[in-house]
Amino acid sequence: MPQDGIGAAVRRKEDFRFVTGQGSYTDDINRPGQVHAAFVRSQHAHAAVRGVDTAAAEAMPGVVRILTGADYAADGLGGLPCGWLVTGKLDKPMAEPAHPPLVADRVRCVGDQVAVVIAETLQQARDAAEAVGVDYDILPAAVGIEAATAPGATQIWDEAPGNLCYDWELGDKAELDAVFADAHHVTRIELVNNRLIPNAMEPRAAIGDFDRSTGEYTLHTTSQNPHVIRLLMGAFVLQIPEHKLRVVAPDVGGGFGSKIFHYAEEAVVTWAAGKVGRPIKWTAERTESFVTDAHGRDHITVAELALDAGGRFLGMKVDTKANMGAYLSTFAPCVPTYLYATLLAGQYTTPKIWCGVQAVFTNTTPVDAYRGAGRPEATFVVERLVETAAHEMGIDPAELRRRNFVAADAFPYQTPVALLYDSGNYAGTLDQALDAADYAGFGARRAESEARGRLRGVGFSAYIEACGIAPSAVVGSLGARAGLYECGEVRVHPTGSVTVFTGSHSHGQGHETTFAQIVADRLGIDINAVEVVHGDTAKIPFGMGTYGSRSLAVGGSALTKALDKIEAKAKKIAAHLMEASDADIEFRDGKFEVAGTDRSVGFGDVALTAYVPHNFPAEELEPGLDETAFYDPANFTFPAGCHICEVEIDPDTGSVEIARFVASDDFGNIVNPMIVEGQVHGGIVQGVGQALLEGCQYDDGGQLLTGSYMDYTMPRADDVPSFSVSTRSTPCPHNPLGVKGCGEAGAIAAPAAVMNAVHDALRGRGVTRIDMPATPARIWQALQAA
Amino acid sequence: MPTVNMTVNGKAVSGEVEARTLLVQFLRENLRLTGTHVGCDTSQCGACVVHVDGMSAKSCTMLASQCEGSDVLTIEGLADGDALHPMQEAFRENHGLQCGFCTPGMIMSAVDLAKRNGAPSEHEVREWLEGNLCRCTGYHNIVKSVMAGARAMAGQ
Repeated sequence: MPQDGIGAAVRRKEDFRFVTGQGSYTDDINRPGQVHAAFVRSQHAHAAVRGVDTAAAEAMPGVVRILTGADYAADGLGGLPCGWLVTGKLDKPMAEPAHPPLVADRVRCVGDQVAVVIAETLQQARDAAEAVGVDYDILPAAVGIEAATAPGATQIWDEAPGNLCYDWELGDKAELDAVFADAHHVTRIELVNNRLIPNAMEPRAAIGDFDRSTGEYTLHTTSQNPHVIRLLMGAFVLQIPEHKLRVVAPDVGGGFGSKIFHYAEEAVVTWAAGKVGRPIKWTAERTESFVTDAHGRDHITVAELALDAGGRFLGMKVDTKANMGAYLSTFAPCVPTYLYATLLAGQYTTPKIWCGVQAVFTNTTPVDAYRGAGRPEATFVVERLVETAAHEMGIDPAELRRRNFVAADAFPYQTPVALLYDSGNYAGTLDQALDAADYAGFGARRAESEARGRLRGVGFSAYIEACGIAPSAVVGSLGARAGLYECGEVRVHPTGSVTVFTGSHSHGQGHETTFAQIVADRLGIDINAVEVVHGDTAKIPFGMGTYGSRSLAVGGSALTKALDKIEAKAKKIAAHLMEASDADIEFRDGKFEVAGTDRSVGFGDVALTAYVPHNFPAEELEPGLDETAFYDPANFTFPAGCHICEVEIDPDTGSVEIARFVASDDFGNIVNPMIVEGQVHGGIVQGVGQALLEGCQYDDGGQLLTGSYMDYTMPRADDVPSFSVSTRSTPCPHNPLGVKGCGEAGAIAAPAAVMNAVHDALRGRGVTRIDMPATPARIWQALQAA
Repeated sequence: MPTVNMTVNGKAVSGEVEARTLLVQFLRENLRLTGTHVGCDTSQCGACVVHVDGMSAKSCTMLASQCEGSDVLTIEGLADGDALHPMQEAFRENHGLQCGFCTPGMIMSAVDLAKRNGAPSEHEVREWLEGNLCRCTGYHNIVKSVMAGARAMAGQ
């Protein structure tokens, strides 16, 4: 195996271009003859559009064209589609309102796009957009979940009475009621999973282009999944066939879910490029990102856990209301249902679970998947319940968890909420985390803090996630309108170097390195002889993209299957060259050997023979060495682990300092431990951000109050500590690499660990409930009120 | 339109700009130096940090015309050909970047810190980077990178 193979902390191949400022992000690209777009957006949360007056703007310098919602409607094109149908109680399908990329009649959230101004320069486009007059008839807005579901609330969509998108459940509530009636102890909590704004550092951008000579459209866009955008925008919105539409997602500056979805601006610049015959670039200003990137989370939940006298879990009931925003974003409906309720067993043997979810429309930005997507919300419910139950029953929180863990020898384990866990060792990651956190020494540290007038608390989060989505047949039966396989192509060149084409997309994850490691490991070649290409529908056969921690588990597995085919064909060529039987060929360290002899031929010689097939088994094989594979997983993967957080609170100010944070994670086999650690660090800080700092706030009229970095508290370097992270692996048994995925774990685990620690610190002062974000003001007020 | 003259990455440059043109727009659009990024509109994120006359500055918060006669250094001017600057090397070695978008600003800011303080503590690095946002790394490896890069610069 080469030294840069699987398991090595290889430094990233992509870093040279990034540290030298030579990355190529969408806004860095300029197309010949390019013009610029600025959107006219609603400043009202809910209003009828009586008219759009473009006359003054059209007369301004540099203006090329102004297009309105009426223009879009006149072309008879489609709306932005939703990719997941959730069917509620009594087989009632969700309400699925239309979502035109330019709105003609009624705006339903601040930021809704009413018109687009196209001009020679960006400044001219922005100046003219200011001069477009829109006549609004302002309507009452329904903003929060509670306001939107209150009697008499304004109706946002005719097809969604009471603003209800769906009323869905998993499990038998009557059965659970019986369990709860006989329980020794019931723990009940109410909690809010605060709305977050993803804030990838690169604002979204799109360049639409139309080539009249070929009839081809090209869209450069900040996407995690360019093929999905091509399918959605081509087939459902603009009705451009795939062979006439190329979507390129070049270097993308972070995604975290927010760049999965098909957005209006992508469709508008592509549509408008065909009309004006010139490439059109749009780049979001940060405040545009705040109001138009799909937000995350936003649940209100009541949860109950029933326990017997020994602390064994008997049943769980969870009742959640989830905010969808004004429209259904691409994958929004599945987030609070199939990515949430199915995770409520956590790491435990809870035998019966019921979960009801009501999804609600509001006059706010749409909500969709954000790092973790449903699983952080589920983990927060389960781990806040378990920790609260432990304290109520006087059982050590680690011990209560241990009594209820799915045992290491119980896999595969069927949960009562549909998932079949494949592998894990939950006591193992708990023990590793307890050691790393010096849990035994916590009492002394707490006493030392107390001596300084500080409140110290410790909190656990024993999380599980379902990643590597997913078996297409399973998600299809649950309402997904797409398959969730992945595609990989391995092209061996005549001189033995390799280009990999993957449908996964890297926007920070380092695929150019890890995927190259897999190839180097398998073929015994230098990692620098491998190039990984992603993000271009004209180059890659197909792809479903990167989200749900799926790149390695699904995309890496597709790559491995393609490598299987390469090896099988190469063995036949080698056998022919050495006049041996295929069955006698062994491939190791980049050499094909005839078993039991000293005869061998190198990988490079086989590659050359494939392309210069003078001495070649032509009756049996075609020339060339280029193989493609699609991989559809047999199951989800189940990364799991335990995070422990220790906080110290200053009761005089309410400020929280994270004194220690340890993570012990089971991601299955690991290709590059350096990259895995980096993913965990980043996820933890997003989780810490949710717990302590971040919270999207609207006023009652639907104005976004946290619409800039002056108002929305992003975690900064001086808000967080360094972390102690470690792994403890049980390989995934059903994918060829044995990998599980690591991208979301930190964001899934951290909020519960931090908030359990905050509650632990405040428990002695009589504080029982603090909602996220646990800001100094909230904590100080709770301390005063207690 | 007025003309602005400055030195960028050691080369004398000039260009016609509107009075409202920001330094970052001049760098990205006139000079096609797209390594300097725009991540916000409020001088908060630091993706646009460059050096103006030897000091780090947010190029989204300066007018191009304010830099008349100035010496500007961008991320593109930091390496010596293919030989990375020690701070760039430290970011690569310590996995101090993921998506790369905040990286140019982080590195330019870190170089300024290291010139002032050759051995910054973790606390000093975290305080210094308060004006640079990163959403990917959780800062852990950025802090490691800056401490290592500063040591390497001091040892040169």
